[in-house]
Amino acid sequence: MTLACGAAVVLALVPVASLLAYVLSHGIHRLDLAFFTHLPAPVGEASGGMANAVVGTLELVAIACLVGVPVGVLAGTHLAEYGREGWFGWTVRFTADVLSGVPSIVTGIVAYRLVVRPMGHFSAWAGGIALGFMMIPTVVRTTEELVKMVPGAVRESALALGVPEWRTVLRVVLATARTGIATGILLAVARIAGETAPLLFTSFNNQFWPTGPGQPTASLTVQVFTYAISPFQDWHDQAWTGALVLLSIALAIGLAARLLVRRTAGARH
Amino acid sequence: MIDTTVHTAPRETRTKIEVDGYSAWFGSRRILHEVAMDIREGEVTAIIGPSGCGKSTLLRSINRMHETVPGARWTGSIRIDGRDVLGRSVDPVEIRRKVGMVFQKPTPFPTMTVRENVVAGLRLNGIRDRRALAEKTEWALEKAALWAEVKDSLDKPGTALSGGQQQRLCIARALAVDLDVLLLDEPCSALDPISTAKVEELLLELKDSYTIAIVTHNMQQAARVSDRTAFMLDGKLEEFGETRTIFENPSRKTTEDYVTGRFG
Repeated sequence: MTLACGAAVVLALVPVASLLAYVLSHGIHRLDLAFFTHLPAPVGEASGGMANAVVGTLELVAIACLVGVPVGVLAGTHLAEYGREGWFGWTVRFTADVLSGVPSIVTGIVAYRLVVRPMGHFSAWAGGIALGFMMIPTVVRTTEELVKMVPGAVRESALALGVPEWRTVLRVVLATARTGIATGILLAVARIAGETAPLLFTSFNNQFWPTGPGQPTASLTVQVFTYAISPFQDWHDQAWTGALVLLSIALAIGLAARLLVRRTAGARH
Repeated sequence: MIDTTVHTAPRETRTKIEVDGYSAWFGSRRILHEVAMDIREGEVTAIIGPSGCGKSTLLRSINRMHETVPGARWTGSIRIDGRDVLGRSVDPVEIRRKVGMVFQKPTPFPTMTVRENVVAGLRLNGIRDRRALAEKTEWALEKAALWAEVKDSLDKPGTALSGGQQQRLCIARALAVDLDVLLLDEPCSALDPISTAKVEELLLELKDSYTIAIVTHNMQQAARVSDRTAFMLDGKLEEFGETRTIFENPSRKTTEDYVTGRFG
């Protein structure tokens, strides 16, 4: 039995390991400082990079968090504190679950209609909002679980001290759940940082430095996509490097999330 | 309604809290039936009775924690210093700043240090003056007989203390907001005998400056610590009087059966 389980683990790890190995081997050649500091160069020119795409992805994620974190955390807290029974809580939870299943390209189209059309052009706002919509379900569910885990005794102790309820929820209950909520946010960020479809017609792409969130903005994912479908070998190599960077970011965030969890567990003992 | 309580001749102490015809429900389930009693300043009043008799509900009604449970209802009145605290126009937050509670499970706030825990009630209500907070921290920990033990660990997490210390920390935290009344709901149930003894000693020291009411399922504790004892059964106040009388010479058979251990 142990042998069978062990074999299953190995089998499950094979695709992951081979993926990592493949991306690493193809992407490592063009991984240099220029990648992170230079703008894309015309085909054939040496030392082009994806610096603007890296910054663009950060910008888009930041805007997404502006949308996703407050909405997600507040909705999740409300669900945990007041939505345990009753139709309202049920509806919100159901909506969040549906939203998490929406194909990302659909979210992109919705953001196109809501943001790009009124603005008249592509922008980081549109891309960030699309990504923010995608973050919300994850953050809501994680926050709800974490807030539910805060012992009722903590809440009661704060109320008994004469702390008004809203302040109890904000500064005691949420504070107690904060590490778990941060982990949930990190995991949501890891997911959206790697999204391409919703960005295709919201933030579009840009070969130059971002000058503001109202402009079309480069992102690592879209840039990789653009280079990968091009006919140029040079660009294919850079696409591999972009993929490697994306994978590393996702791994780094996952690691950070795990360490956060470990630190809370350690602090309790 | 038959008056089932036994009152002794009033002493010099002033009545702080008057419970009058108080009944409480959780939804349709009735917990308390027309309870009437008074709690005096400068005394420790114990409330004893078998599990489920409503003693915790009664205690939690005094600082309006009863209503934090969805579906809670009540009728009757509870007056503190002559003022009915159950009225809809009275802000429960205001009451809880004068009437504090310590719960069965010691619950320091997990994200705060010892120091932050002690003045949590003040900080969470907007008081920021560092010097005032530091003075209050020392004062409250002294009052809770904890200062000597923790003065070098003030910046450790509150949860790093032992169980008995945590409970005294919770008492310090309650005292720090300048209460008049301290309610304790089985404060020693989760503690070892030595910590229990320390907490009981502390209550005897504190009673001169506060009005104290303690719910306990430990009769010996009630006998040791309280001046007057209320015996409750099935949501009704069976007997109420001087602790000595309740334990040595109770008027009702049910009281006698309970304190001699025949049931409960």
